[in-house]
Amino acid sequence: MGFVHQFWQLTIDGLMSGSLYAVIALGYTLVYGVLQLINFAHSEVFMLGAFGGLFAARELVNNFSDTPSGMASVGIVLVGLAVGALCGAAAAFTLERVAYRPLRKRNAPRLAYLISAIGASLFAVNMAGKLWERQNVTMELPFTNGTVFHVFSAEVNTKTLVIILVAAVMLVLLDTLVARTRLGQSIRAVAQDADTATLMGVNVERVILLTFIIGGLLAGAGGFLYAMTFSASNNMGFIPGVKAFTAAVLGGIGNVRGAMLGGIVLGLVESYGGYVFQASYKDVIAFLVLVLILMVRPTGLLGERLGRAA
Amino acid sequence: MSTTSATPATPSVAPTPPPSQPGGAAALGRAAAAALFSLAGLRQLGVCVLIGLTLALMTGPNGKAAEPLGAVRHAILAPRIVTYLIIAAVLWLLIALWPLARPLWSMGQAAARGPVTAVAQQRFAPLGLNLALLIVAIIMPMFFSNAAVTWMVDGVGIYALLALGLNVVIGYAGMLDLGYIAFFAIGAYTTAYFTSKTAISAHFPVSLNPFFVFPIAFVLAAVAGVLLGAPTLRLRGDYLAIVTLGFGEIIQLIANNSHWTNGPRGAFGVPHLSIHLLGINYSWKLDPKPYYYLLLAIIVLVMIAFGRLERSRIGRAWAAIREDEIAAEATGVPTLRLKLLAFAIGASVSGFAGVLFASKQFFNPQIFSLQASFLVVTIVIFGGMGNRLGVVVGSVVLQGLAFYLRDKVPATDRFIYFGAVVIVMMIFRPQGIVPSRRRKREISLAEHGVGHADSLGSAPTSESGAR
Repeated sequence: MGFVHQFWQLTIDGLMSGSLYAVIALGYTLVYGVLQLINFAHSEVFMLGAFGGLFAARELVNNFSDTPSGMASVGIVLVGLAVGALCGAAAAFTLERVAYRPLRKRNAPRLAYLISAIGASLFAVNMAGKLWERQNVTMELPFTNGTVFHVFSAEVNTKTLVIILVAAVMLVLLDTLVARTRLGQSIRAVAQDADTATLMGVNVERVILLTFIIGGLLAGAGGFLYAMTFSASNNMGFIPGVKAFTAAVLGGIGNVRGAMLGGIVLGLVESYGGYVFQASYKDVIAFLVLVLILMVRPTGLLGERLGRAA
Repeated sequence: MSTTSATPATPSVAPTPPPSQPGGAAALGRAAAAALFSLAGLRQLGVCVLIGLTLALMTGPNGKAAEPLGAVRHAILAPRIVTYLIIAAVLWLLIALWPLARPLWSMGQAAARGPVTAVAQQRFAPLGLNLALLIVAIIMPMFFSNAAVTWMVDGVGIYALLALGLNVVIGYAGMLDLGYIAFFAIGAYTTAYFTSKTAISAHFPVSLNPFFVFPIAFVLAAVAGVLLGAPTLRLRGDYLAIVTLGFGEIIQLIANNSHWTNGPRGAFGVPHLSIHLLGINYSWKLDPKPYYYLLLAIIVLVMIAFGRLERSRIGRAWAAIREDEIAAEATGVPTLRLKLLAFAIGASVSGFAGVLFASKQFFNPQIFSLQASFLVVTIVIFGGMGNRLGVVVGSVVLQGLAFYLRDKVPATDRFIYFGAVVIVMMIFRPQGIVPSRRRKREISLAEHGVGHADSLGSAPTSESGAR
């Protein structure tokens, strides 16, 4: 089977992982917007959300004797998403309070933030390993996974469809939030110039905290989607984290729509590349993309937009 | 700074009670109650209880994935929680009552220090201190078991050498390298490639003595560092952290998947170090002590070399970059090249350490994990970035504790504590336990809005105008 034959299937797979990267990348890009910092522990927010959502949904699925269907399936997915998002938000909140805020109060050098985020990441990964074993934890799907429809030669199954749909809804919601609401306006104001925003009556501390929480909600929900389809483990966050960061840089750091585009482009590139090269080297592709972007177009596809409308 | 403020207080002979307590014990009690049960005091209580609960979780039993809340229940809803609540209460009392005790403390300190400071201020000759430490390091292995000496090589020594290298990146240049162990892996695999025909599938036509691989690995790691750093550093310092993070993972991935590196099985039978020179025939075998002394000699040499580097033109240029990159650039310091140089020097030390490690023992890709990179970062931060002695002390203390507690704390749980240590250090003592004076001053200056104390900002030559 040649590449042409596989093209549509690879596209679908790429869209699926790409939409997950996009959801995580938003957390990086939003925090980078307001603080000009890479939040290294964001991948752990994703991981904790994944565990939370997985445990909640698994509990519900276990109550059914056979695979749930209809409204029950929808309900379970929604509960998983909600619990995952809440766990992610709680993790992001704690992270901001413990690892970032004390440093911000002291006006610490930026190196200190990066290092304390690494500490938080190390702590969270190993704590999760201690609490929930260091192995892959899986759950049974809350719905029957069948082919829903065909795109040319490619099959689109329920799992893929759920991920792409949920991610799309989240991306649209976030875009609206940043572009149209008062909170979004204050996030953009802080990203543009925190000092001036303070003078204009924006509560910067609150905006920073809320930015972390929004990133956490998205990452947590994304984590549940990931855990539902693949598995959850204490070090699951690392690779999606690096890839999502790549996506954020690819789209232009600080640029909300850029992160979405970057995620999808990265997912597609990786999917095609994984077919052309060996599948085990798939993770290398994202890294090469990152280095190439830095060399060729460091401001990303849509350009860095710290502080402008999405 | 602290001594100048303390010296005027020396004449005070009898410690008088703190000025704010005219009524004695009753007033003190009232003040204490006010401090404890104020809004701030109760907030502190909350924080302390949370710290206690976290400690209980950290030290608690391991959980199961099948029962998500099991570990939490066994750790917190169990009699053992009483201990941790007591710890939390004591911590709270200490924190909340500290403002009341501070006047007493500073007075006692002044009285104790006053006459001594004059002598202590004549800066204890660092040479004497270093020599004393060196002698301790030389005689130490004689008092320890073989297992402990093995750990002093694999755990403490190698990591001290790695930390010295990473210190150039973090401490001197003010950047962050999170894939540092990748260069160590490059060194180790280079050794396997050049010294043996059987260690890994790929091999050099001629088997070399591991000593000849030192310069090769040194250069290869530096080249890898430059290739990685050049596209990244041009842009923003903080991108370097994530690029190196990815690189570290890629190297491990390749080592694990390529048939040239023997995949997950790793490399067997890399020859030990040996000298055949001028009639001397000596080889390092299984006994850890000769490795220990070799490593000690290398560490001492590296420390001396880096000390000279720190005080050289290059070292001063690094300091200038950390303190104000734009000003440094404006005065003609080639910032990009110097940052790249720091990164390459750090990488080559790591490659060098890799050769030493590979020639001593069997290794597989597991060893070059992300956590190993983080461990080196932790050691540098804990010890004191920018201070050569500090990072070695950091390695000795952290890895020593890890060895001492090896039966009580499982190896996998160690990193929970390392993570906590890193956060606590960053919050309370970013300069580390043995701070470099200059670095400490820079950090406190940066906190008051002067300079940056790192070189993570966008370089002045980058396209910041394009925004």
